[in-house]
Amino acid sequence: MPVAVLLLLLVLVPFDWFLGDYTALMILIGIHTMVTVGLCLVMGYTGQVCLGQAAFYGLGAYGSAILATTYHVNPWLAMALAAVITGAFAYVVGYPIFKLKGNYLAMATLGLGLVVVILFEQLDSLTNGVRGITGIPRLSIGDFVFDSPFRRYFLVWVFCLATLLLAQNMVRSRTGRALKAIHGSEAAAESIGINAAQFKVKIFVLSAVFASLAGSLYAHHVFYISPGRFAFLFSVVIVVMAVIGGLASIWGAIFGTAVVRLLSDKLLIELGGWDMIIYGLILVVVMILVPQGLFVGLRDNYERWRLKRAQRGAVA
Amino acid sequence: MSLDLFVQSFISGLSQGSVYALVGLGFTIVFTVTRIINFAQGEFVMVGGMLSWAFFTLYGVPQVPALILAILVATIVGAVLYSLAIRPARKASVVSLIIITIGASILIRGIVSEVWRGDFVRNGTDVVRPPYFTGEEPLHFLGASIEPQRLWIVGTTLLVAIALHFFFSYTMVGKALKACSVNRIGATLAGINPRTMALIAFAMAAALGAIGGIVVAPQNTTWVEAGLMLGLNGFVAAAIGGFRSQLVTVVGGIGLGVLEQFAIRVDWGPFSSGYASAIALVVLLVVLLARSAKLAEEERIS
Repeated sequence: MPVAVLLLLLVLVPFDWFLGDYTALMILIGIHTMVTVGLCLVMGYTGQVCLGQAAFYGLGAYGSAILATTYHVNPWLAMALAAVITGAFAYVVGYPIFKLKGNYLAMATLGLGLVVVILFEQLDSLTNGVRGITGIPRLSIGDFVFDSPFRRYFLVWVFCLATLLLAQNMVRSRTGRALKAIHGSEAAAESIGINAAQFKVKIFVLSAVFASLAGSLYAHHVFYISPGRFAFLFSVVIVVMAVIGGLASIWGAIFGTAVVRLLSDKLLIELGGWDMIIYGLILVVVMILVPQGLFVGLRDNYERWRLKRAQRGAVA
Repeated sequence: MSLDLFVQSFISGLSQGSVYALVGLGFTIVFTVTRIINFAQGEFVMVGGMLSWAFFTLYGVPQVPALILAILVATIVGAVLYSLAIRPARKASVVSLIIITIGASILIRGIVSEVWRGDFVRNGTDVVRPPYFTGEEPLHFLGASIEPQRLWIVGTTLLVAIALHFFFSYTMVGKALKACSVNRIGATLAGINPRTMALIAFAMAAALGAIGGIVVAPQNTTWVEAGLMLGLNGFVAAAIGGFRSQLVTVVGGIGLGVLEQFAIRVDWGPFSSGYASAIALVVLLVVLLARSAKLAEEERIS
């Protein structure tokens, strides 16, 4: 039922008579939800911190942009190639990095994010340095070009919902249970035959591919990309989205992403540095009060309250 | 590489590495006392530099009081950070604490860019430079020209490191901090309040960062985002010291700075000096992986 309501809302949004000019905002929410879901899988379900998600988003965007503009590769093929390259990169980097745990893993992924941005800035012949890449072609199916926000909205949300469904199925599968076991106790998980290192790298690669696809969609949507858009702050913004949605919650990702995008694109647009202050406050306050994440935490508390009231009712 | 370039790189490296060492010491002190990695550690360098600039340039405070005020305010920021964000989250997991301290670092950055936004807009940039401590005239030594500020940076760091050594060996508070890091429960039995010690550790780490900030800002300038890379480099220094040894942390930080400065000046062919910041990450991965077994063991114990 909630899924049906969500789908109905999603179909209505891009029509001007429904919410006016919110189509562009909804496109970004769809794109960023894909990145957030990947982070939820790594952080919420598996318990591994990643502070470099923007790097994979950027690799997808740059991969698509470079292949499609400089090498005139078909945009769809460029998107797929970028995802494969990003996934392979995540695998090669993830293999040593996931030997680390906790704080060290967090700092290593943070550093990874910084280095990828340095590459975007320094590989001038490939990325055009800090000036960025412009003139990224539109995606199209045959003669049908995704050249209006209205059209791209549906394209993005098809991708986004497919990602969410895939993630949800995975969480409910054997792999998902293995990840939860690793989150609970790595030693216990390994004692029942789960190869923790392998699962962690696998889920890291999957999250990187999600982020890469989102990055490609973003590049084809905005037409122009530059290194600054994939800096550390974006990795933190993704963490904020995951924290609001509830770290271990697939559908919460949409909610968390929507809240952050509404905040920063519609409400804080005039307020400059306030977005950092608000993000920081959200992270600190939510993690102190409801460490499982805002959305999930509120739901859990509500269920507990309802249960308690029902019990009291039964006694009386 | 000619001799003058060698001397130049070496001294630049010493001064650059000194700041990494100070940040690394902050990481180490907080970690040994509380078992927390404070991801906001690098921000204190930025805050220290910004405050010394603001007090001197904007509010007309004479230079020496401005520097002292900057350290004091940054120390208070560190204590407030502990009291408001870390202490209420006592039972939090490692993941929660990472997110909390990351949140705190973003919050600090946001506050700094809001407080002086008018000035940043007027200057057209958030890059600020407080004045040199003693003149701009470079000193000449073995054909290399060296800014006096670099000597201030290295000298201050060495002085602070030595003072810290004496503080931990010969004062009551220092010994109490040490006791807390060796055995928390044992220290509590001896009448030491671990929460007070944690507060002191955070305040000290903030002060160390701010000292780094005020000495390095005249040389390297500072800006809102500056704390990020400094934090990463300081973390590497602390990792070299295993988040335990202050001496190895200082040596590691300075070594990292020297390595970085030599790497910038060597001709790598197609690779430009812009990649130098990536060196810290490579060193980080090598150090962490080499130590991963031992670090994991320590984390289990704590």
